[in-house]
Amino acid sequence: MKKIGILNQGLWNNHPIFRQLLGMCPTLAVTTSALNGLAMGLAVIFVLLFSSLVVSSIRRLIPQNVRIAIYTIIIATFVTIVDIFFRAFLPPISKALGPYIPLIIVNCIILGRCEAFASRNSVTSAFFDALGMSLGFLWGLFILGSIREILGKGTILGFKILPSFYPPMVIMILPAGAFLVLGVLAGIMNRLER
Amino acid sequence: MKDLIVIFISTVLINNFVLTYFLGICPFLGVSRRISSALGMGGAVIFVMTLSASISWLIYHYILLRFNLTFLEYVVFILVIASLVQIVEMFIRKFSPTLFKALGIYLPLITTNCAILGCALFMVARNYNFLESVIFGFSAGLGFSLVLLVMAGIREELNFCDIPQVFRSAPITLITAGILALCFMGFSGILSF
Repeated sequence: MKKIGILNQGLWNNHPIFRQLLGMCPTLAVTTSALNGLAMGLAVIFVLLFSSLVVSSIRRLIPQNVRIAIYTIIIATFVTIVDIFFRAFLPPISKALGPYIPLIIVNCIILGRCEAFASRNSVTSAFFDALGMSLGFLWGLFILGSIREILGKGTILGFKILPSFYPPMVIMILPAGAFLVLGVLAGIMNRLER
Repeated sequence: MKDLIVIFISTVLINNFVLTYFLGICPFLGVSRRISSALGMGGAVIFVMTLSASISWLIYHYILLRFNLTFLEYVVFILVIASLVQIVEMFIRKFSPTLFKALGIYLPLITTNCAILGCALFMVARNYNFLESVIFGFSAGLGFSLVLLVMAGIREELNFCDIPQVFRSAPITLITAGILALCFMGFSGILSF
């Protein structure tokens, strides 16, 4: 029961994008299409899960003064793995996400969860926390990417769904559209909360 | 010389780090409440970014490339940035307590500012030489500070506006940033002379 509570924290109650406004840089940059959003979400799931597990299992060995540096190196190691994996097996996605894969290192969600949760909880709790947070991040990215893709290109995951007389709003896949859509979504989330 | 001016103008105005690459959004949303704190953050970022771009360039070209260690790129860059921030903090505390008071809490925050790491990564991806990298780091920091200041100015005015309850704080800030990004798109024609 407690585990479901922890999972729910990330999925809804304490959602990383809409409630905590963390990890904004990949959120806004890669969501030009639903597929890119999904790929970034999966990369974050891998990195967050493994770095949380490692941090939580060696939490008693880490000296207090240099803990942030150690977390960062652990995260950077897993990010390098993801980057090399994408470059080898999924070159088109690696090209589309570009520098935003290495930038997962400084994604505040990951460092934040390592510092605030994994470093003071058992391995199982850390696992469920990481799972909840990264799945929450994934659906946030997917929703944002879908809205921008539908409005900007009239397609979703590459399939055309809007009729041809609908003029695509190119602004939605440009940087300005990212801010506008996320702003409106955050407003809607505030409304749902009340 | 012309190359350097092109890099400078395009990094500050056209391909602004915050508004087109979304780098450094967290401090952009977090520290833009007051003009004075925006100034402090902007100064600290310009300083650290110029330094980290030059040091990362030297390390990348003289150590990583020479010994064929480029797969360590990310780990090395983030270590350079983290230790640089630490050294700069100690240095400023020792030699200029007034500056330290002004920058104070913003210095440690810079380690997790993705704009600094992004700057180092772009510099490598675009094959800049040393001088270009220094100019690139400086102008990226300047562009960040410019947008941060504009945003802080707008948000100070927004305090006096009657905003619908659900759109207060975060949502209205994001929408303002969107409109700001639209305005900056107007600069894209500046280099086509």
